[in-house]
Amino acid sequence: MKYILLIHVPSGAPAEADMIERHMAFAQAAGSRGKLVDGAQLEDIATATTLRRRADETIVTDGPHMETKEHLGGYYVIDCGDLDEAIEIAKGVPLNDGGALEIRPLVEH
Amino acid sequence: MGVFRNEAGKIVATLARLLGDIDLAEDAVQEALATALERWPRDGVPDRPGAWLMTTARNKSLDHIRRERTRATAREAALRLHIDDEGDRSSGLDSSAVGDDRLALLFTCCHPALAPEARVALTLRLIGGLTTPEIARAFLVQESTMAQRLVRAKHKIRAARIPIRVPPQPLLAERVPSVLSVIYLIFNEGYLATAGTDVVRDSLCDEAIRLARLLVLLMPEEPEAAGLLALLLLNHSRRGERQSADGQLRTLRMQERSRWDQAAIREGREVLEAALARHRPGRYQIEAAIAAVHSEASTVESTDWAQIAALYVTLRDIAPSPIAALNHAVAIAEAGSPDTALALADDVAESLDDYHLLHVTRAELLVRLGRTDDAIAAYDRALELVRNDAERAHLQRRRASALAGTTR
Repeated sequence: MKYILLIHVPSGAPAEADMIERHMAFAQAAGSRGKLVDGAQLEDIATATTLRRRADETIVTDGPHMETKEHLGGYYVIDCGDLDEAIEIAKGVPLNDGGALEIRPLVEH
Repeated sequence: MGVFRNEAGKIVATLARLLGDIDLAEDAVQEALATALERWPRDGVPDRPGAWLMTTARNKSLDHIRRERTRATAREAALRLHIDDEGDRSSGLDSSAVGDDRLALLFTCCHPALAPEARVALTLRLIGGLTTPEIARAFLVQESTMAQRLVRAKHKIRAARIPIRVPPQPLLAERVPSVLSVIYLIFNEGYLATAGTDVVRDSLCDEAIRLARLLVLLMPEEPEAAGLLALLLLNHSRRGERQSADGQLRTLRMQERSRWDQAAIREGREVLEAALARHRPGRYQIEAAIAAVHSEASTVESTDWAQIAALYVTLRDIAPSPIAALNHAVAIAEAGSPDTALALADDVAESLDDYHLLHVTRAELLVRLGRTDDAIAAYDRALELVRNDAERAHLQRRRASALAGTTR
């Protein structure tokens, strides 16, 4: 069963030192257990572009879909037996202070 | 058909574990029960009704699976059913595995990834065997709301794949408190009846005690499970005295202690002693010990308040909370230091500002200290917050007697 780990970062939070190293360490550990499927850090929120569908028209605008206090900073896709295992692996993902991580199962077809 | 509720719960648990699908297990058991209602009056009750129901429910679920061959999980589930069939055909319902199944389902119902109100509803539905309308009535919500809450929770268990199992160590230690707190919540919902006055809610106390007994039976090595059972029994021993015949709330001071349920007290103390002998204290064991001290005294005055105050120190050490601090304050006041007690209550006043009992406690202490105006203000705040009718009437009487200058 695949789960996506959505990493939410508080907007405007200062960059924390060694975050990249901690992510590399997590990816290596999860990867060596055969649990890591995919993952990436997202570029800054200022780089976001949003498409909106209105009837037959598609409108392109600058900025994120919603202005919120948190934004998506990155994600991992992991492959686990059940939610308990997903939670256990997700606990190893480095988070900013005040950050949050959302676990969502991927629909299997 | 009392056998039904009990057996049905066990069979749902076993099938849910085998199938990995709670809905399918429930449907199959419902159908098996319907078949029993049709056949038993005609053909007679089978020798082992539980085993009969289990076999029938298992066959019903196989029928379901065959009808839904397209589902990817169907084949897998069928395989598991067959494997189990080969593996322990003879053991039937008497095997200890059934106990493990119910414990597994209880842990699933109380999984932290489910909302607390969903945990309570699922536990009552799947372990307690209550119907959806019964649960809805007990929690004063619309039947459709409760039905939706249950459907959503079961969908999450399936879609997010919350495992149906007793968590392995070291997860177990982390998950036991959630199970205990769900049972305690069920009890308190019946005991404290946060709103309204409904008799249905009394059955929630019995249900919680039944669940706590089951947990003690299934986890004999866990002293906190026994601690919780002892606490529930000791609290429940006062149930007949908590309200007068006309529905007025009686505080500890007003209760006729000789009418407390002595059998429940005796059992509660025995269960507690056995738990404490394991030397792994926890919040439920300490709270039960406090209730036990109350049960030993024949009046409020002769209660060993110093010991109760000491137990609250231990409780606040193990499980610090503003509520424990407030109850500690009450014990200190009864032990003879209302001014120390008021200072402690004031310390937690901010975090408990929405809790009516904070203001009730402050009001009572202020009356004792002769600060009538402040006491009236505190009663007024408590009256704004209180939701239970019997309690509101009690507070109005207390406020009136404070105004009249009489205490107690």
